[in-house]
Amino acid sequence: MAEIAYWEAIRRAHEEELNNDPNVIVMGEDIGVAGGTYKATLGLYDKFGEQRIIDTPISENSFTGIAIGASMAGIRPIVEIMSINFALLALDTLINAAAKIRYMSGGRASCPLVMRTPGGTAHQLAAQHSARLARMFMSTSGLRVVTPRGPLDAYGMLKSAVRCNDPVIIIEHEQMYNLRGEVPDEETFRPLEGAEVVRQGKDITLIGYNYSVHLCLQAADKLAKDGIDAEVVDLRALKPLDRETIRRSIEKTHRVVIAEEDEAPVGVGAEIIAIINEDCFFALDAQPIRIHAADVPVPYNAKLEKAAIPNADDVYQGALKAVGKI
Amino acid sequence: MKASDRKRLLREMIFYRRFEERTFEAYMERKVGGFLHLYSGQESIATGVLEVARPGHDYVITGYRDHVHAIKAGAPAREVMAELYGKETGSSRGRGGSMHIFDPSVNFMGGYALVGQPFPLAAGLALACKHKGTDQIAICFLGDGANNQGTFHETLNMASVWKLPVLFVCENNLYAIGTRIERSTAVTDQYKRVCGYNIPASQHDGQDIDVVMDSARKAVNHVRSGKGPYFVEYLTYRYRGHSMSDSGAYRSKEEEREWSKRDPIILFTDKLKDEGLIKDEDIKAMEKEVDDEIENDCIKFSEESPEPKVEDLHKYVLDDNPDPRWIGPLQNNEA
Ligand SMILES: Cc1ncc(C[n+]2csc(CCOP(=O)(O)OP(=O)(O)O)c2C)c(N)n1
Ligand SMILES: [Mg+2]
Repeated sequence: MAEIAYWEAIRRAHEEELNNDPNVIVMGEDIGVAGGTYKATLGLYDKFGEQRIIDTPISENSFTGIAIGASMAGIRPIVEIMSINFALLALDTLINAAAKIRYMSGGRASCPLVMRTPGGTAHQLAAQHSARLARMFMSTSGLRVVTPRGPLDAYGMLKSAVRCNDPVIIIEHEQMYNLRGEVPDEETFRPLEGAEVVRQGKDITLIGYNYSVHLCLQAADKLAKDGIDAEVVDLRALKPLDRETIRRSIEKTHRVVIAEEDEAPVGVGAEIIAIINEDCFFALDAQPIRIHAADVPVPYNAKLEKAAIPNADDVYQGALKAVGKI
Repeated sequence: MKASDRKRLLREMIFYRRFEERTFEAYMERKVGGFLHLYSGQESIATGVLEVARPGHDYVITGYRDHVHAIKAGAPAREVMAELYGKETGSSRGRGGSMHIFDPSVNFMGGYALVGQPFPLAAGLALACKHKGTDQIAICFLGDGANNQGTFHETLNMASVWKLPVLFVCENNLYAIGTRIERSTAVTDQYKRVCGYNIPASQHDGQDIDVVMDSARKAVNHVRSGKGPYFVEYLTYRYRGHSMSDSGAYRSKEEEREWSKRDPIILFTDKLKDEGLIKDEDIKAMEKEVDDEIENDCIKFSEESPEPKVEDLHKYVLDDNPDPRWIGPLQNNEA
């Protein structure tokens, strides 16, 4: 078991899957000769050549469409889109084509495509490089959407996504590429479905996904010092969503905070609260609380940016409110 | 081309015309719903191009005006009709309808409603052929209007850079719904728009199936020989409205009359008569045979087929039999 960075975990998954199946290819901007904006494909061009590691022009909708077309004919493409903001240009082909082709062909065609992209705020990248947008993919039937919180899932979920027969959207995060964590030396697959209880607790449930799981974990440490025993659930997969794990946790703790880096309206937190209402409303001892970004385009100024985006203390404060301490 | 093949081609085109006209009737009877786009007037293009390609082997993809392309590519006509009827026996199991005919068993990879969306999908199919080193090609049929989408330019560029075995067939019927080409498009000769991408391109009469076959043969050979993409434009005209809800007010009667003289079926019939291959009574017999086939096979099959079961509403959203090794779900240890 070695400790490796998130980007190395992704790189390793690519390499193993490229070795495993000659029909696996990788496409994206600057992923080949340049080695990838986040180094996720570093060295693969030299090893596998330009036919399999394909540097594309800046044409997100059409190179994603080309990957989808190829996937319909037996290729297993992994597409990197440099930032989730740019994935907006590929929404037609992802949402109107990849997500619908299996259904509208009556199950006769399929698109085993993997699209990876970082979403989230980083360091003063401003409004056009800070989108999160998980909710948009999460609300589309026909897609799988996963949000690995660390190197193990980044590695193991990418490998599963390549093997899986459905289109899979993997949402990474600018601030996680250098995060380190243990990944087994032997080949490992992590399932594309199922939330994970990453910290056991009995007083309150903190729910996060992607980067916000880390905010929940930090908040839980702080709550522990106050004698509050928080459970942390990483949703891991936004679609399909694991309602069962959410219900079980809330039936145990009776209180819940949902932390999302995105704006609140029609968001992940809104969906989770709706599910809680449907599945375990009477288990609640307090109203559910959402911790989320301000409803503004992400500002450039560092102070304003910080104010717009939730942090661990916001989650901590939310939890105190949920347990009636403030 | 053998006399028997020429007669078969005429019969095919008559079949396609009658098939389309019969779907119109079924639509009026409310047996068919949704949007319905007919191909009448353009039959020579799908018929001619696919005649010189290898249907069943090559990949074919197109827009929403897709019935004839699907059938010529090898999809059973009765299944295409059953799809329009929304039946479980339809090409897409009743889930797609007129605009989304699929038959991957013959490499017909679908009809798509989003104008311009098939361009990259076609290039992707071609990329798969090239990657696997087969001698297949991908053929993409789209209209003139589709060329004003970004996907046209983006895809031509990549197809050229990567030398993909893809043939783009532009069916220029001069209109995108009710907007005539001059009003939407700076360069009306579509093949000229391709020169910026270093792809060979040519323009031809789309109404004469012999012209279509000759030009398409060259285009197909070019693409199959590994030289990269080719763009072929055919000038044509659709005889029906854009879809069922079209008043047709944007076209002059005079223009319609002129183009009706260039009906691909009439042109080819006249040729076969001149060549002494066929007489009026043969055509009558052919029409009767075709009508009988449509009625006794396509319509009967469609009428009698079952609808999809409501219990199956959620089938085909994702893989219905996923491998638990990749999907899970993840097992949590209970506290
Ligand atoms: C992206 C998109 N925009 C608009 C439409 C509505 N629409 C459907 S067909 C059509 C005209 C397309 O014309 P053309 O490509 O020339 O094909 P034709 O119908 O003439 O065969 C339009 C605007 C659509 N289906 N998709
Ligand atoms: Mg047109």
